[in-house]
Amino acid sequence: MAERGITPSQTVGPFFAYCLTPEAYDARGIAGNEIAGPDAAGQRIHIEGRVLDGAGEPVPDAMVEIWQADGEGRYPEAPGNAAFRGFGRAETDVDGRFVFVTVKPGPVPGPDGAPQAPHIGVSVFARGLLNRLATRIYFADEPANEGDPVLALVPADRRETLIARAVSQGVYGYDVRLQGEGETVFFEI
Amino acid sequence: MSQTPGRAYPRESLAAHPPNDAPAYASTRLRAPRRPLVILPHTLTELTGPAYGHDSVAEGENDLTLGHAGAPLGERIIVTGRVLDEDGRPVPHTLLEIWQANAAGRYIHVNDRHDAPIDPNFTGAGRVVTDASGGYAFTTIKPGAYPWRNHHNAWRPAHIHFSLFGPSFVTRLVTQMYFPGDPLLGLDPIWQSIPDARARERLVSSFDIETTKPEWALGYRFDIVLRGRGATPMEDPHHG
Ligand SMILES: [Fe+3]
Repeated sequence: MAERGITPSQTVGPFFAYCLTPEAYDARGIAGNEIAGPDAAGQRIHIEGRVLDGAGEPVPDAMVEIWQADGEGRYPEAPGNAAFRGFGRAETDVDGRFVFVTVKPGPVPGPDGAPQAPHIGVSVFARGLLNRLATRIYFADEPANEGDPVLALVPADRRETLIARAVSQGVYGYDVRLQGEGETVFFEI
Repeated sequence: MSQTPGRAYPRESLAAHPPNDAPAYASTRLRAPRRPLVILPHTLTELTGPAYGHDSVAEGENDLTLGHAGAPLGERIIVTGRVLDEDGRPVPHTLLEIWQANAAGRYIHVNDRHDAPIDPNFTGAGRVVTDASGGYAFTTIKPGAYPWRNHHNAWRPAHIHFSLFGPSFVTRLVTQMYFPGDPLLGLDPIWQSIPDARARERLVSSFDIETTKPEWALGYRFDIVLRGRGATPMEDPHHG
């Protein structure tokens, strides 16, 4: 078949909310920031944080998306699984804040079949970002981080940027720093 | 979820995308990462992705001219095309979300302060799921150009924002569709950020008389190519 070049990325711009995260416009979106219903397998957690720019200022017009397995390490098999959708979206507020209501993921297979430490795939979109930025959230209280094949690819002094820390019971804090001091590790995927 | 066995996502294809750091686009200055990206081998997390089927979209969500008391002002258009992979194979049952300014160049978004009228009959958001052959179609109105203060006398060319999922986390794409012959394209730092001229042209739709409906609407074609090739493990031992 004819080989085709891919369609290039462009910025999401500042005005996506009434389509992609339209809850504030009293419209139904395809996904909100609640990933797991009460019947989903796993420990219920909140992940909250901020998106910050190179000056350390909040980014008030970003969209953060996450994709994750449930507490038993299973990705959703089909659309419409009300208990666990695996996918969520949040728009940052004026302080750059976002929050996700989900379950802590279980370990999933890695490249060689060995398990990866529990983690969440993250995409960040915003005005000023010509491409989606891909990163991951790991959890500070997971011994499996030590042997994780992906964390091992990240320079040791930058791994911390991928690790969410418990800030209170069931609540993890995780900030995205787009640029500068403590810049989050972003992946080429 | 739809992990397709034997699919590969060659990294060379990523060269079509703009660099993160594009100084002519002022908003990149404090937002584009400065450190190199870390190359992530594709694991189950990257090779799976959310599935949104036909039940995710309500009847009529692909017609942006409906849902209000009257018809929106502007030039009615039909935008249609196919979503394909890099082998030219259709990407069926994948969700497209679109949003755009009205005919006067004004978004309904609360932060849009452009001094152009809001159209009470136009919101400018739509959704559609591709059919079995990867095809989609929207009815809408042609968006207007708008000023954006990036530099002196900066105007965005008319465009429609597109968001697509494709079969996996790595195929996620947000982009913009432009219109043929727009004199603002050559002056637009966002479109110009794409280094390869042929890749840039893939974002420009083409006028299509076959899609155009007599006495009703002009037609434009816009095909979208997502990452992914149908390589088998034999051909590419490094896939997955
Ligand atoms: Fe726009």
